[in-house]
Amino acid sequence: MSTSTETGAGETARTRAVDAHEAAEARPLWQVVLIRPEVMTLVLLIAAFFIASALSPFFADATFILESASFYVEYAIVALVLTLVIISGEIDLSPAALMALTACVFAWLFQAGLPIALAMGAAVVVGAAMGAFNGFLVLWCQLPSIIVTIGTLTLYRGLAQVLAGDRSIGGFPSWFIGIDWRVWLGVPVPVIVFTAIAIVLGIFLAFTVTGRQIYQIGTSPEAARHAGIRVRRIKMGLFMLLGIAAAVAGLLTASRLASVRYDMASGGELQMVLMVMLGGTYIFGGRGSIAGTYLAVWLLVVIATGMTVANIPITTQLIVMGALLIISIIATNFIYARTQR
Amino acid sequence: MSGLGSFFLRRREAGIFVMIVIVALIVGAIEPRFLTLETARIVALAIPLILIAAMGQMMVLVARHVDLSIGSTMAFSSIVAGMMFRDLPEVPILIGVFVAIALGAALGTLNGLLVVLFRLPSIIVTLGTLSLYRGLVFLVSDARQVDPQFIPRSLISMSQTSPIFDIPWIVIIAFAVAFATYLFLGHTRVGRQIYALGSNPVAAPLRGIKVVPITLLVFTLSGALAGLAGVLYASRFGYVNPGITGVGFEFTVIAAVVVGGVSINGGVGTVLGTVLGVLLLGMVSVALPILGVSAFWQDVFNGAVIVAALLIDRAVRDRSVRALAQARSSA
Repeated sequence: MSTSTETGAGETARTRAVDAHEAAEARPLWQVVLIRPEVMTLVLLIAAFFIASALSPFFADATFILESASFYVEYAIVALVLTLVIISGEIDLSPAALMALTACVFAWLFQAGLPIALAMGAAVVVGAAMGAFNGFLVLWCQLPSIIVTIGTLTLYRGLAQVLAGDRSIGGFPSWFIGIDWRVWLGVPVPVIVFTAIAIVLGIFLAFTVTGRQIYQIGTSPEAARHAGIRVRRIKMGLFMLLGIAAAVAGLLTASRLASVRYDMASGGELQMVLMVMLGGTYIFGGRGSIAGTYLAVWLLVVIATGMTVANIPITTQLIVMGALLIISIIATNFIYARTQR
Repeated sequence: MSGLGSFFLRRREAGIFVMIVIVALIVGAIEPRFLTLETARIVALAIPLILIAAMGQMMVLVARHVDLSIGSTMAFSSIVAGMMFRDLPEVPILIGVFVAIALGAALGTLNGLLVVLFRLPSIIVTLGTLSLYRGLVFLVSDARQVDPQFIPRSLISMSQTSPIFDIPWIVIIAFAVAFATYLFLGHTRVGRQIYALGSNPVAAPLRGIKVVPITLLVFTLSGALAGLAGVLYASRFGYVNPGITGVGFEFTVIAAVVVGGVSINGGVGTVLGTVLGVLLLGMVSVALPILGVSAFWQDVFNGAVIVAALLIDRAVRDRSVRALAQARSSA
């Protein structure tokens, strides 16, 4: 009697387990595709494009959009690398300040008489070194990246101010300035640089072993370490790469403005984080894509350009950007919560 | 590490106090006019806004969150109060002060709501509202400054006149806020619960601590205090500018708070430590120009001090973890 009930109970439990197993059917492909945050970004991009075109007849002009993209492309290059950093489970708020610091180092050395190519090289080296400093504080001293980069943000901005004072440094040779006006096949050079970096990083993240390991690190650093992934080395590489990206962005900005001030790219940290979040990268790491960030940059360009042609003042755009950041993380978290296995 | 070193690591307030004395003596040795009552007065006038906002930021940090939006919140309260004084001159000042605090509290509550409703990291939320609130400042003010002639005389005189010992009103207000925070955090049930929540957010609800109301409360208080700092900004500087007021304020305040020994990992921090942290930063900001050092070094100092304070905090935690493990193995 008692044995039979036990067997019965055991059987029901097993059937239930099998049922539960079978109930978890694979999602239809269209759902898998549609529920990806990048697709939401693409849909928003198309919607924003049509709304902006309806608001102003001047908007739907490819040359105009490409020209106005130059300003955002500088942040966007940094945002691409920041995507990798956030996927790996860290964050860095200092690259906007680092853009200013590297540009000031470049301008200061140039003014001190160094050949311009050397000064540019020095800026990139400083970018990598400051990125490594962030990495050292986060990975070796084990400080949380979110707070420590607030400290280095203040530090880098301060150093830029010490170097440049409150004047603007200019007088660069004519070949250096105005990179946003150079076009190649009808596309401004900064946009080409941005697209090329996006393709390289996209391939790196999606198809190389190290790229896939970044996702593993972000999903579970403990498991990644036990699986033999060199967590520290990879994260250190990402922080340094971010510093280099900031230096490149700083030089592009210096070229566009033809002068350098310590307050260059102030408030840029918001734009960078916004680009990554809007592209559907998960704030807690482990999920996200370069394609998402790439689309999000264009979404921002379309929104900002659309607001400008619709005569909405720049200051109101601050409200829109702030609200977008919050809405995009709420939406992304919601989507990921729905797809949690 | 020597016994003395570990004493100062554990008694952080004593450590900062010694730092303050050392800095004062060094600066005084180089430039004797630093060690005068006049300098003390300048330092005292440099710190009230930071001190008030630091009390709010400290509570947020103790609850294991962070509020980056206080600079914009302060500017919003400041500009609305300033516009009230300008457009409705017959309204009493106290109403303006009240409105500023209430608006700050409202913006702070919005931060808190976003954090608790959607379970978002407070640093990203407040990075967003930092921009959002700044945009609101430009929007309500039509990007126009509130000029000095519209700030009421009696409000400005709060930064100049004194009821007692030649200490200006705003300094007294700031220290009164600090004292009230001390009483609240140390001697009320809710105050102690903020520490409990911050030291272990998982265990706190199991001990019956209501996480959502307390999180909302710390953000609301941080906003309200930023609002109070906003109206005092109008008193101290005599104008409100939408593009200048409160820009970068959050970084100064966070620097002061972490220097004061408040842990970014929540649950640790005292009012006394924060007051000393604010004092140290305020003193350095006054000392730099006296020493002939360019004011541009101020941000470098603040940034370096944040990083250094985080490193010290880390060292303290490592020591206490090791001490705990030792005590366990010997028991």
